[in-house]
Amino acid sequence: MSLQKHETKYVKDTIKRKLTKTELQIVAAEWSEHCSYKSSKKHLKMLPTTGPNVILEKGYDSGVLDVGDSYVVTVHIESHNHPSAVEPFGGAATGVGGVIRDILSTGTRPIAILDGLRFGNIENDAHARWLFKNVVSGIADYGNCLGIPTIGGEVEFDDCYKNYALVDVAAIGYGKKDRLIKNHANKGDLVVLIGGPTGRDGIGGSQFASNSLESEDRSAVQIPDPFIEKLIIETILEARNEKCINAMKDLGGGGLSCAISETAESLGIGIELDVDSVHTRESGLSPDEIMISESQERMLIITCKEKLSKLKQICDKFGVTCSTIGHVKDDKMMHVKKGKNTLALLPAEFVARAPLLDRKKTKPKYLKQIKKENKAKKTLDYSKTILKLLSSPNISSKHWVFRQYDHEVGIRTVVKPGFDASVLRLDNGKFLSTKIDGNPKHCYLDPRQGAIGCFEEACRNVVCTGANPIGMVDHLQFGNPEDPEIFWTFMESLEGLTEYAKFLRIPCVGGKVSFYNETPLGPIKPTPLIGVLGIIDKTPFLPVPPNNGDYLIIIGKTRDELGGSEYFEYIHKFIGGICPSVDFKDSKINMLAVLSLIKNKLVKSVHDCSKGGFAIAVSELSIFGNIGCNIDINNMPFVKNLSSEKILFSESHSRYLLVIDQKNIIRVKQFLSKKKISFAVLGKFSGDQINITYKSKNLVKIIVDILRKRYFSGLEDLLKHG
Amino acid sequence: MKVGVIVFPGSNCDRDMFHVLTDVFHLNTQYFWHEKGLPHDIDAVVLPGGFSYGDRLRAGVIAANSPVIDDVKKLANKGIPILGVCNGFQILVESNLLPGVLLKNDSLNFMCQWTNLIVKNNKTPFTNKLQLNQKIPIPIANGEGRYYADAQLMHDLKKHNQIVFTYENYVNGSLQQIAGICNEDGNIVGMMPHPERAAEGVINPLDNKPSSLIFESLIHTIGVKN
Repeated sequence: MSLQKHETKYVKDTIKRKLTKTELQIVAAEWSEHCSYKSSKKHLKMLPTTGPNVILEKGYDSGVLDVGDSYVVTVHIESHNHPSAVEPFGGAATGVGGVIRDILSTGTRPIAILDGLRFGNIENDAHARWLFKNVVSGIADYGNCLGIPTIGGEVEFDDCYKNYALVDVAAIGYGKKDRLIKNHANKGDLVVLIGGPTGRDGIGGSQFASNSLESEDRSAVQIPDPFIEKLIIETILEARNEKCINAMKDLGGGGLSCAISETAESLGIGIELDVDSVHTRESGLSPDEIMISESQERMLIITCKEKLSKLKQICDKFGVTCSTIGHVKDDKMMHVKKGKNTLALLPAEFVARAPLLDRKKTKPKYLKQIKKENKAKKTLDYSKTILKLLSSPNISSKHWVFRQYDHEVGIRTVVKPGFDASVLRLDNGKFLSTKIDGNPKHCYLDPRQGAIGCFEEACRNVVCTGANPIGMVDHLQFGNPEDPEIFWTFMESLEGLTEYAKFLRIPCVGGKVSFYNETPLGPIKPTPLIGVLGIIDKTPFLPVPPNNGDYLIIIGKTRDELGGSEYFEYIHKFIGGICPSVDFKDSKINMLAVLSLIKNKLVKSVHDCSKGGFAIAVSELSIFGNIGCNIDINNMPFVKNLSSEKILFSESHSRYLLVIDQKNIIRVKQFLSKKKISFAVLGKFSGDQINITYKSKNLVKIIVDILRKRYFSGLEDLLKHG
Repeated sequence: MKVGVIVFPGSNCDRDMFHVLTDVFHLNTQYFWHEKGLPHDIDAVVLPGGFSYGDRLRAGVIAANSPVIDDVKKLANKGIPILGVCNGFQILVESNLLPGVLLKNDSLNFMCQWTNLIVKNNKTPFTNKLQLNQKIPIPIANGEGRYYADAQLMHDLKKHNQIVFTYENYVNGSLQQIAGICNEDGNIVGMMPHPERAAEGVINPLDNKPSSLIFESLIHTIGVKN
């Protein structure tokens, strides 16, 4: 239990009496950083959250976007880092479960999962490999059983996550606008808990997640049961159709305490409940345990008396247990009873709104040292370097991961995982494109530019499928916020994201903050993760592999930005330098240019140029088409006096590679020149090897077949043999 | 003409199958919740994929013991076409409507990927519009899809032309690369890959025509005109 001094004082001043034991437990759970956002809430307001497509309702745990024709898309993102670091299978699985229920609580059917996974160095750390394998199994086990496709995501390895794991899960829902649950409640309505029994798992989970991971507190990790979750999904969607649901909330962090207080607060009602009515897994659970247990697969529903029997009938059909645990009052109080005895009686608003904090921030000292260390690196054989990068865990193909996920179920997946962004078809004839991106290496060197970069990269990926970005979700993951240096990195990232979101007018429709991500070796690198949703109005853009004679064009300027690149970090084991920054104007005009070319069917495929830089992006295109290319990078748009290694490996933003059919090349060139886009025609696809020349000197010469083998075996070999 | 799609707790490809049968192939299709009996005048039954009963004990085993299977057996005896896909195939095997067993893939992992099937028997109600040895690009998505039969059974399967589909390449360790089989009479077909995920051009990156022929074969069999 962790109430801090000023909180104890606030309690005393407001309630003017001593809290009961149960009240103290409830307040401690709800006021944990995890549930209350007490460090971040004041600042999160800066993000733009409204827009023409955004639908706002009381008490929603996920963002809702209008996608036209009376349909909506819902989206949410969460992490399950602490639990996954202790018990990777269960931690990751319950992470999926939690975010799925957030989607469900708006009354929409979950249709896709994306996950961002981060671990220590799996090349030399068996524990990191163990975490990785089990996290992937946990996600697969849960998502596959639910029949919700895991359509994309990212995996990254970095020493800063040693003995730790970041497991971020984003989920997307879809439904009819008129079937959204408009949360409301009237005096006398019934409060019903449906789903799995409440047990001793996940006791104090949210507080566990609001501290550094010092003890491996296993009882704080929840136990997954995807079968019950699947039944809950079908039960709730049927109950929604039968109009049995007035209001609904998922039980997540903080368990019943959180769900009851937040529901009562957001709807301006009082709720009285009896802990004896809660169905439990075992006998002898104390009332306090019932109130803060984070057992999974539970939903809180408010229904009116007349609808209760229908709701019970639907629950019976699916074999889902349902208990009426209380009723709605108009006194705005949260009243917990056991039989006739009152255990807790507090104003819901008091419980749901923790006193917020003003954390101090100071620019971290490490940032000053890092840039000084930027020295010239020894020139290497570029062909060998490319091969090494392509087979490195961060860059090589992630098919070992996504083939364990059912990414086809639901028969919506048009662009499958493994490309830039994944694309789903929607029932109204439109298509939804999504991607999540993070880059702790960049964010460590410059939390502001790094965060903007992640945002832009996710946008770029979505744009590569021909989609217009319409909304974003963010997940901000940092170390201990009580450390002013860490808090500074949080604020920088948040401000950067806000600035870019406002510039592009992309509303933030959901998000999460996760602090206290600390490993035994110290805080993780700042790891904001950005998810972007885009809409394609008519036909999806399906990338066509490059053929003999097709041209390669690059859009966007390459800069002196090797800091945080895979080239520096993986090849040279060097952390430092200047990380890429986004030029807002270029970012926007390049995006619009690409979208316009796709719309006019002038490109065969578009590939985002990011991790590993130009050299890796062009290799991936060659692998995709199983064809070589002859490229001269002399004319490439780059800043003055850029060395060849920087041209090849710098991870500058706003860059796209385009494959253009011969017959369209003149039109494309004219269009890009007219729009004043920085671009160059670099060469043509042909033969069976990649040749890159610069100032008449051959820099790179690699057989595509070798590239392909290295790209596809890199990660898989590492996992098969250990 | 009526096609029934049986829904068990945990089925999760039921809606996909329903969509393809109704919206793509215009068949009169109805869901049947596992507690409901099947009507006698039904023309074909599909057991869709998913995780019936959360794969508890063993994939398909609990569903195989549910009362609705008795109705399926009665219809099967009358020669009504029955198709089991993925978990549906596992249920048919567990209920002894089809011989053999489905074991964990030799990768020991769930596998979701596109493969090619080869048609080995084009006399069943679900393959009569396909050519012998025709290739079908189609995705698999399962953890327990490795078909196994002992030597005697394998001999019998071949003798009675019960191997319906094989994988073109090595996929999961299935014996003789078997992906789908039928009963001796040929009216019950079980297959691990998902034809409902491959029958529409927009979600099939390769060629949706061959998978469509699986459904068109059914239409041909039960006599509904396109």
